[in-house]
Amino acid sequence: MNRSETSTTQYDVLVVGAGPGGLAAAKGAREAGAERVLLVERDSRAGGILNQCIHDGFGIVRYRQQLTGPEYALKAEAELADMGIELLTGCHVLRIDAQEHVHVVTVVSADGLKHIETGTVILATGCRERTRGAIAIPGSRPAGVFTAGVTQNLVNVRNVMPGKRVVIFGSGDVGMIMARRLTLEGAHVEAVVEIFPQPAGLSRNVSQCLYDYDIPIFCSHTISNIIGKKRLEAVEISALDQDMQPVSGTERLIECDTLVLSVGLIPENEVAQTAGVALDAKTNGVITDEHLQTSICGIFACGNARRIMDLADFVSEQGEMAGRNAVAYLRGAEMDTWDEARTSSMAKGFPEEGVVTCTLCPTGCQVRFNEETGEYEGNKCKRGAQFAEQERTAPKRILTTTVKLADGRLLPVRSAFPVSKQKLPQLVRQTSEITVSPPVKCGETVTTLQDGEREVAVVAAAEM
Amino acid sequence: MERSDVVIIGAGGVGCAVARELSRYKLNITVLEKECDVAGGISGRNSAVVHAGFNNVPGSLMAKLCVEGNQGFEALCGELDVPYKKTGKLLVAFDENDMESLRGVLAQGEANGCKGLRLVGADEMKDLAPGIGGIGGMYSPETAVFDPFLYCIALAENALANGVQFRFNSEVVSIGRESSDGFIVKTAGGSEFGCRLLINCAGLSSGRISEMAGGPAYRLYPCRGEYFILDKVADDLLPMPVYPAPRKGIGGLGVHLTPTTAGNIIIGPSAEYISQIDDLSCTKPVMDGLYAEAKALLPAIERKMIIGSYAGIRPKLAPPEEGGYRDFVIKEEEDCPGLVNLIGIESPGLTASMPAARMVRRIIGDRMPLEEKEDFIAARKAPVRFRDLSEEEQAELICEDPEYGELICRCQKVTKREIRNAIENPFGARSISAIKYRAWATTGRCNGGYCLTRIVDMLIHEYGMKPEEITYRSAGSEMFDGKVK
Repeated sequence: MNRSETSTTQYDVLVVGAGPGGLAAAKGAREAGAERVLLVERDSRAGGILNQCIHDGFGIVRYRQQLTGPEYALKAEAELADMGIELLTGCHVLRIDAQEHVHVVTVVSADGLKHIETGTVILATGCRERTRGAIAIPGSRPAGVFTAGVTQNLVNVRNVMPGKRVVIFGSGDVGMIMARRLTLEGAHVEAVVEIFPQPAGLSRNVSQCLYDYDIPIFCSHTISNIIGKKRLEAVEISALDQDMQPVSGTERLIECDTLVLSVGLIPENEVAQTAGVALDAKTNGVITDEHLQTSICGIFACGNARRIMDLADFVSEQGEMAGRNAVAYLRGAEMDTWDEARTSSMAKGFPEEGVVTCTLCPTGCQVRFNEETGEYEGNKCKRGAQFAEQERTAPKRILTTTVKLADGRLLPVRSAFPVSKQKLPQLVRQTSEITVSPPVKCGETVTTLQDGEREVAVVAAAEM
Repeated sequence: MERSDVVIIGAGGVGCAVARELSRYKLNITVLEKECDVAGGISGRNSAVVHAGFNNVPGSLMAKLCVEGNQGFEALCGELDVPYKKTGKLLVAFDENDMESLRGVLAQGEANGCKGLRLVGADEMKDLAPGIGGIGGMYSPETAVFDPFLYCIALAENALANGVQFRFNSEVVSIGRESSDGFIVKTAGGSEFGCRLLINCAGLSSGRISEMAGGPAYRLYPCRGEYFILDKVADDLLPMPVYPAPRKGIGGLGVHLTPTTAGNIIIGPSAEYISQIDDLSCTKPVMDGLYAEAKALLPAIERKMIIGSYAGIRPKLAPPEEGGYRDFVIKEEEDCPGLVNLIGIESPGLTASMPAARMVRRIIGDRMPLEEKEDFIAARKAPVRFRDLSEEEQAELICEDPEYGELICRCQKVTKREIRNAIENPFGARSISAIKYRAWATTGRCNGGYCLTRIVDMLIHEYGMKPEEITYRSAGSEMFDGKVK
C-alpha cells in the first residue's frame, strides 16, 4: 500500500472551492464551532475567479468599500487566518461518495490521491462559461475566438494579449468589463453584439464600460457567421426578428481578429453530480432547500453553483450561511434561512437617459437631476446626490490595471482614489512602462503618476 | 537537396499508413506535409468509424480494401496502442422502403465478405441500442470505432521509429523530373527533395499533385460534411453507431450518430458539394437539420448536450451530377513511371488505409526488390492516459511523478504530465491542436475555458515560447498578439 491510497482523514466540514463562497463557508463553519474544516481548491491559490477580476465594484455590501477582485479575495482569505482552517490548493475533487453519516471525498493533487471522510460537504464550485460550441455559432473555426473569462485570465493574469480588433458577443458583465479592459490595453473594440433588445449586464457597466469608451452596442443582433480560415478575419452580424431568427438582408461584416464571447454562465456541477445531488434540469444549478441543503442530507451548496449571482458580496453571505448551517446540521440544531430576495437590486440594461445609477452601494439608486428645482431625485441617501453631481459634472473612476513584475508576472494595481475618467487611458499607458520588483504588499504604493492636475498614487491590489 | 528512395506527400491516415508499411523495408523515406502535424485534413475530420464494408459495390477496390482493413484493424490498433472499440453498428429502417434498402445492403455486404450481418426486428433493436426509433434494422457486429487522430499519430510515430523522416510545414509547390527515373519535389520553404518514387497521398490536393508530377489531372469534387459533438453526459445513450438506412442521393452515409472512443457522441455528417477545398465552415441550415435528424434517430438527445461542431471535406471523384461513389484510384501511373497515386480516398479511407498501403508496397515491389529490415519495430506504446486507469494505478503514478496529480483539463481529466508528453511529441508539433489531439485537453464541455490558459502558461514559462508564437494549427493561425506589457 502506498501513502496516497491509505491516508484517510476525518473532517466536520469539507468545502469544495475557495472562491468567495467557499472562503466564507469555511469561515462560517469554523465560527459556528466546527472543529475540523477543510477547504479544497483546484487552483494554485485561493480566491477563485476574483483573482482575475482586477476591476473594482466588489465589497460594497460586505466591507462597505470599493474593492477590486483580488483585494476582496485577500480580505476574505485574511478573515480565515489563525482560524485553524486547512486549505489544500492545486487539489481537484474527483468524486463524492455520499453515505448516511459520512461522505467520502476523493481528491487528487501532486501529493497523491486521497479519500477524505467528512460529516458534511459544502459545494462552492462556482460556474463556467457558455461556449461557442454550446450556442453553435455558424462559421469556420479559426484562432481568435475566446470566452470573456478566458480573455480576462489571459490579459489580467497571464500577460497575453488576445488580439487588436475585437468584437464582443453578448453583453453580460464580464463581456462589458473586458470591452473596457481591452480598450485600455490598446485594442480597438469594434462592437458589442447582444441578441436581446437590452444589454444583459448591469446598467453601470453599460455606462462605465461601453459609453465611457464610445463602444457601439448592437442589440437584437446575433453573430450569424464566423469568417477566417486560420485566424479570425471578420464576423457577420444580423438583426434578429421577434422569434430570434436572423433577418435575411440585414447581414453586415465587421472585420476583426478576435471574438470574445460573453454569452452566459452555467453552474459548474460535475462534482455535485458525482454525489448524486439533484440539479435543476434547465439551469444546471444545484437544487437546495431554504437552508441551502441539497437533495442529499449533509451536502450544502452556495453561490454560483446554485444559481448565478450578480455580486460576490452576496455569494460570500450565502457561503457563510451554508457553513453555519452545515454545523447546525451536524448538531441537529436549527438552521438559518436564506432570503432569495437578498440579491442585487442594481439596474440592468440600458441606463435611462439623464439618470445616474449610483454605484456606492448595492441599492443602486436611480438618481435624476431635476433642472427646474436644481435638486437630485431618486436617491435614498445624501451620498447618492453627491455621486450623481460628480457623474454629471466631472465623472471620476478608480484606475484599475496591472503592472509588470520583474519576474514576468502581472501585479493588479489601483489608484488610491478616483481619478478623472478622461485620464484613464493615459494613466494605463503610463503604468505599462513600469516594472515592479516583488515582493509587494497589498496597499503598497508602487508608483506615482501625473494625471496633469495632481499626483496619483498607484497601489498594489494584491500580494505577490 | 535531400535524396530519398521514396517521397510520400501527405501525412493523413493514408500517407502515414504508407510510411509505416514501407518502413518495414530498407528504403530511405521522406514524408512531406503542408500542415504542422499529422491528420490536419480529412483524416482528422470524419466519423471515426472502422467500417465493415457493406456500403461498397462488390468487386470495387473500396469494398475489398475496406473489408480487409476491418479484419486487421483491431490487431493494428493493438500493435500501435490506439483506442479501438468493437461496438457493432445498427442501420435503422423507418418504413418498408428502408427495410427493402437494408435487404439490399445485407446482400451487398455478404457479397463483399462482411461477417455476421443480419436483419433485426424492433425488439432486438431495443436490446442493441435502447432508445432508438425505427421499425427494424440491420446489425453489423464487426463495425468498430477508433481514434483517428491517435491512429495517424501512432502510425507516424512508429514510422519515425523505423527511420522515416517527416517534414512538416512543407507544402509542395512544384514537382520536376530529375531524369527518366526520378523526381525533384520543391516545397514552399524552398527545400528540394529528390526521389525515385513519389507516393501521392495528398487527399483533397491529390489531383493537383498528380498533375504537378506529370500524371493525369484528376478532378476532385470537395463534398463537405458537418458534425455536432455532444457532451459526455450523453454517452450512455448510445452503445454503437446508428445510421439511417441508405437512401438515394449524393454519396454520403446519411446523418448518423456515433459514439467515440473518448465518450462523446458525434452527430453527422451532412453532405454538400462546395467549391473550395478548404471551406470548413459550419452553416446554420445544416446545423439545424443535423439536430433534427439526430433527434429523429435518438429522441433522448437535447439541444443543450451540444458542445461543439466541426466540418470535414470528402475528396470525391464522383461529380455532383453523378452522385454516389467512384472507386478509389490506387496505381502507378503508366504515363508517369514512379508516380503512385492514391486518389479519391474518401470514406472508408481510414479503414482501408493499411490495405491501401500494402497495395502501394506491392506496386513498389513489382518495380524493385524490397528487402525487409531485420530490426523493424512493430509495436508502439502510447503515453499513459490517467483517466483510463484504476484509482490504485492513478495513486501509484502520482507517487512516481507528482505531475500526474495536477489536473490541467478538468472536463477530460488530463494531467499536467500528459500535457507535457503531448508538447514533447517527437514531431515538434507545438500547436494547441497538436496538444489537443494527443492529450485530449480542450475537447470537453468547457471548450478549453479551464485548461487553455494553463496550457498557454506552460508553453510560455516552461517551453520558452512567446505568446505570438503559439498557434492553433499551422502558421497563420496565431492565437495571440504578444504580451500585454
